[in-house]
Amino acid sequence: MNASFQSASLRERHRNGKIFSALFFASTLFAIVSLVTLLASVLDQTAGWVLIEYSIPEADIVPSDDEGNPIPLASLESEGLLSILDENLGGRRLKALDLEKPLAERSPGDLRELIIAEVLEPSVVRSWNFAESMLSRESIFQWAAETVPEGSLVFRWWISSSFLSHSQSSNALFAGVRSAILGSFMTIVLTILIAFPLGLGAAIYLEEYARDNRINRFIKTNIYNLSGVPSIIYGMLGLGIFVRFMAPLTSGALFSAASAAGDSVPLEAAALAADGRTILSASLTLALLILPMLIINAQEAIRAVPRTLRESGYALGATRWQVIFHHVLPSSMDRILTGTVLAVSRGIGETAPLVLVGASTFLTQDPTGIFSKFTTLPIQIYQWTSRPQPEFRNIAAAAIVVLMVLLMSLNSAAIILRNKFRSQRRV
Amino acid sequence: MCNPETNETAASTVQAPLVKTPSVETPASDVVLSPWAIETRSMNFWYGNFQAVIDLDMKIERNRVTAIIGPSGCGKSTALRTFNRMNDLIPGTRVEGEILFNGRDMYGPGVDPVALRSRIGMVFQKPNPFPKTIRENIIWGARINGFQGDPDELVETSLRQVYLWDEVKDKLKKNAYELSGGQQQRLCIARAIAVSPEILLMDEPTSALDPISTGKIEDLMTEFKERFTIIIVTHNMQQAGRISDDTAFFLNGILVEMGPTREIFFTPKDPRTENYISGRFG
Repeated sequence: MNASFQSASLRERHRNGKIFSALFFASTLFAIVSLVTLLASVLDQTAGWVLIEYSIPEADIVPSDDEGNPIPLASLESEGLLSILDENLGGRRLKALDLEKPLAERSPGDLRELIIAEVLEPSVVRSWNFAESMLSRESIFQWAAETVPEGSLVFRWWISSSFLSHSQSSNALFAGVRSAILGSFMTIVLTILIAFPLGLGAAIYLEEYARDNRINRFIKTNIYNLSGVPSIIYGMLGLGIFVRFMAPLTSGALFSAASAAGDSVPLEAAALAADGRTILSASLTLALLILPMLIINAQEAIRAVPRTLRESGYALGATRWQVIFHHVLPSSMDRILTGTVLAVSRGIGETAPLVLVGASTFLTQDPTGIFSKFTTLPIQIYQWTSRPQPEFRNIAAAAIVVLMVLLMSLNSAAIILRNKFRSQRRV
Repeated sequence: MCNPETNETAASTVQAPLVKTPSVETPASDVVLSPWAIETRSMNFWYGNFQAVIDLDMKIERNRVTAIIGPSGCGKSTALRTFNRMNDLIPGTRVEGEILFNGRDMYGPGVDPVALRSRIGMVFQKPNPFPKTIRENIIWGARINGFQGDPDELVETSLRQVYLWDEVKDKLKKNAYELSGGQQQRLCIARAIAVSPEILLMDEPTSALDPISTGKIEDLMTEFKERFTIIIVTHNMQQAGRISDDTAFFLNGILVEMGPTREIFFTPKDPRTENYISGRFG
């Protein structure tokens, strides 16, 4: 044995191993640092000092008490608030607001909000990020006092209950994500309802039933190719097929015409007036987009079920479907669900196809059904980030956090579901 | 309904309530019962272009244990898996010739392999219980075959027949994978006989087990041959010698010699058999 030769080569092998493990560690570290930076820069914008300027100072509109001091809005009751509205708003605007919801029926809180929005008309002069707000508080206050002495400086958490419960507005201070959350939620639920059965069915067919011939190989290859097609292409497909061609169906005109058969509105007129830019169209488009991924994931999950398990089923005189339904699917369901979550997460974050399919960029109403106009969180974020006013960047960051929370709760729901299935599987 | 303590009564209980859908190969009306449980006539088998079994003529007697021995890759497992059409599930395989089950060609027209497999049970090399509860493992096969009796009774009688009842009666709701390997394999046997097949095919059933578990399963086979025809593929020649009545020796896809085990082991006619038995190759 050549002892010296051996030990030298061993040392080299150990060194190589160390170099590689260091490289792997470095790439992991890089990924983590990037993610943390990203998250921090988003979170940094979701809170901070905001300098707000009102078109009329609050003291000018509120009544005074016996000593001549103005009574703050917060301590006024409905009566006082209504009279402020009466004094400061034009008759036409008052009528319009009354039509939306009779003013007399609104709660004092709602009325106060209305006065702030309609009468005081606050606007953001400047907003600071969280880190700045914490570190250079003095200079912010100084700047505010010098630039807009009559403005008020408030510390604002951009993610708040009012942010979640308000709809879109052209004023960042009142804008919220309610209709976007509802739109995202409805779109994604409908997408899952469409794509999951289709994807699972196709995967079962391709893995369990399809013969290994040229046509089926061609189909399988193309499913792989489809999963790599840019999402904007799916958007164009959705625009062409679901929004335009299938407009009578996706706009709901067919159904409303059928339900209102007694009315004299002809079907053609209803179809012409119809607009296919609905939640249904968006869901169909997203379903098409994630379908290849779903199929591939489910195929791999089904393929991972050991042959011995199938054989034990067949050996007892089970039919193919009995083996699939009782053994293959339960054993692969955890993997199928994991794949579905990954695909759906991609669907939730998609913007490009929805822009083409016609998501509304400015929508103040909530979606009410699958035939409603809609907007989604990514669309909302996209729209806010493209506005020139810097405060919209704050609410965009807030909306990003909301989107992330939505995604994470979806993922954790899926993980819980998956663990439930996994506990049954011991193969 | 019965006293599950004795195996004989238990067996008849299992068979009685099992409602089988009338299928083309029910031997009652149209078939003269063959003296052989399984008979192959010049059977050839291909995996794609590779011929795994060549011109096989083999007759397997009822209610006996027939062992199939031979070196790895000699086609013995393949032959066994043609006896319940398990190879149908592998794409690219092809069978020629006839395999008669109760005198009727099981590859003939109108034979449903699903119905066939419920009458020819199979136990595999690696224990492969379903990833379900022990109870479910027994009931599932019977239920898909139209079993309408008392499931608890079926579970108990089936498990008693493989002497597993006392070991698992308190954990019937536990996952079958919590059992040891030997227990799992006995569960698989119980699962197979719960469907009350006529033939039990065993593909190296003890090769993954320790000697004690192996002994238990060998005892079962000797006991079971009163009710089932057992065909076992094994690598272990001592095992073949211990438990089988007949032995078939395969080599390179050809059935070299078949006969009573005693004759094959002590007075083989073919020198290749003798070489293999005496350990000169394989």
